[in-house]
Amino acid sequence: MSTIGTGYDLSASQFSPDGRVFQIDYASKAVEKSGTVIGIRGKDCVVLAVEEIVVDKLYEVDAARRIFTIEKNIGMAIAGLMADGNFVADIARQEAANFRQQFERTIPLKHLCDRVAGYIHAYTLYSAVRPFGLSVIFASWDETDGPQLYKIEPSGTSFGYYACASGKAKQQAKTEMEKYKFADMSTDELVQSGGKIIYQVNDEVNNKDFRFEMGIVGRETNGVHFINHASWSQLAIEAGKAAKTADGDNEI
Amino acid sequence: MMNNSFAQPMWSNGPSPGQFYNFMGGNAPTQLPRELTTAGPFGTKHSTAAITTGSSVVGIKFDGGVLVAADTLVSYGSLARYQDIQRVFKINNNILLGGSGDFADIQSIKRNIDQKMIEDQCYNDGVIMKPGELASWLTRVLYNRRSRMNPLYIDVVVGGVDETGKPFLGNVDMRGRAYNDYVVATGFGRHLALPLVRERKPKDRDFTFEEATNLIRESMKVLYYRDTRSIPQYTVGICTAADCSIKGPFKVEENWTFAETVKGY
Repeated sequence: MSTIGTGYDLSASQFSPDGRVFQIDYASKAVEKSGTVIGIRGKDCVVLAVEEIVVDKLYEVDAARRIFTIEKNIGMAIAGLMADGNFVADIARQEAANFRQQFERTIPLKHLCDRVAGYIHAYTLYSAVRPFGLSVIFASWDETDGPQLYKIEPSGTSFGYYACASGKAKQQAKTEMEKYKFADMSTDELVQSGGKIIYQVNDEVNNKDFRFEMGIVGRETNGVHFINHASWSQLAIEAGKAAKTADGDNEI
Repeated sequence: MMNNSFAQPMWSNGPSPGQFYNFMGGNAPTQLPRELTTAGPFGTKHSTAAITTGSSVVGIKFDGGVLVAADTLVSYGSLARYQDIQRVFKINNNILLGGSGDFADIQSIKRNIDQKMIEDQCYNDGVIMKPGELASWLTRVLYNRRSRMNPLYIDVVVGGVDETGKPFLGNVDMRGRAYNDYVVATGFGRHLALPLVRERKPKDRDFTFEEATNLIRESMKVLYYRDTRSIPQYTVGICTAADCSIKGPFKVEENWTFAETVKGY
């Protein structure tokens, strides 16, 4: 970015002459520094998986969780600033609770995603605020809509996905994910793929020490979102570690 | 200078000349809760009676769990208006709630509780609400409402098991009175089912599951025979360490052959 420092990057309320809002670009930089996070959508299930880089061994084991439960059947994973993530999770929960209060049913994920995306977008419009340094992935499953997966960028744009990734190894994860056929996958296969991808894209040189985190919601969880569910997480971690050692053998 | 709608006009909320600035926030006058203010020149009247009502709820504790039963009728005055409405709810894997009294108020409090359960899940700390805690929370809500002269017209039975599998059974009424016992009942059940169950209680031990089931069946039958605001169909919630679910609907075993001999009504 050659235009850094030309004065157009100080406020989110002004475009640069070549049509960029630099504060949003910088927010994306914050996302790129974060550990990789992926979301994948199977036949009857969605899996969120996070490579949680351990920056300090003195933290408690469950510190800085990056997967949240928003509603009974809605999970959210973030890449980027932890504090922003906690805040947006709270906004999303309020949005879901408000919908439930009015309509006595769970908020459709598309609706929730639109609302949160609108909120995040509003933070890219004014000089008095800064955009969220966040990439937010929403996952849900219900009987009527099946598995659903959405991602919101710091700019407030959002899309539905079959599989998506954010963070450090976003590109690598995307290349990896394109090899899979997630849409036909059973819950077990999907969970294993999630584990594999996260373990494969982990940078062994710089971030060897990481924690695997997983959110899962689907028919087999009775439409309830679980974070680090004992048996499924174990399945994913085993698959991941197996894939990692297999990879290592090939390289030698 | 850049313009934006977030910026405050210079020195707004500032003190008038000669006054001091209030650093603790705006000068907005504190608003009393709506229940405590009068809406119009003639004051406010709160509801003084239940409109759509559910009748008895009966709960019995046994070794290892609780049973909570209620018929599926919601009356409109003396009219048997809604005949297939469940009044026993599963709150989470540890709690059953049986509701009688104004059904709108039951639905309202149920929505509140359901949202609390979702919050519980969002915290993801493995801590879930126990029946004793819910009963305690209900006493606070209901007592507050009665203190504001705006009570919820409900009488609820809270049952379930705690984390060790120990059963809990309690009753909270519309004014926040609460008690726990091995048998609780609301409405007509308090007059008819309570003594019936107490009569059969062995002094030295809890009921067994089988005894409790039979007593529920018996109580619901007696209630159907003697309570005009009841129908012969009911659901039973069962909560043990292993299972928390609503069973039914079941039918009361009616037998009206004795009616021929009844005279003088």
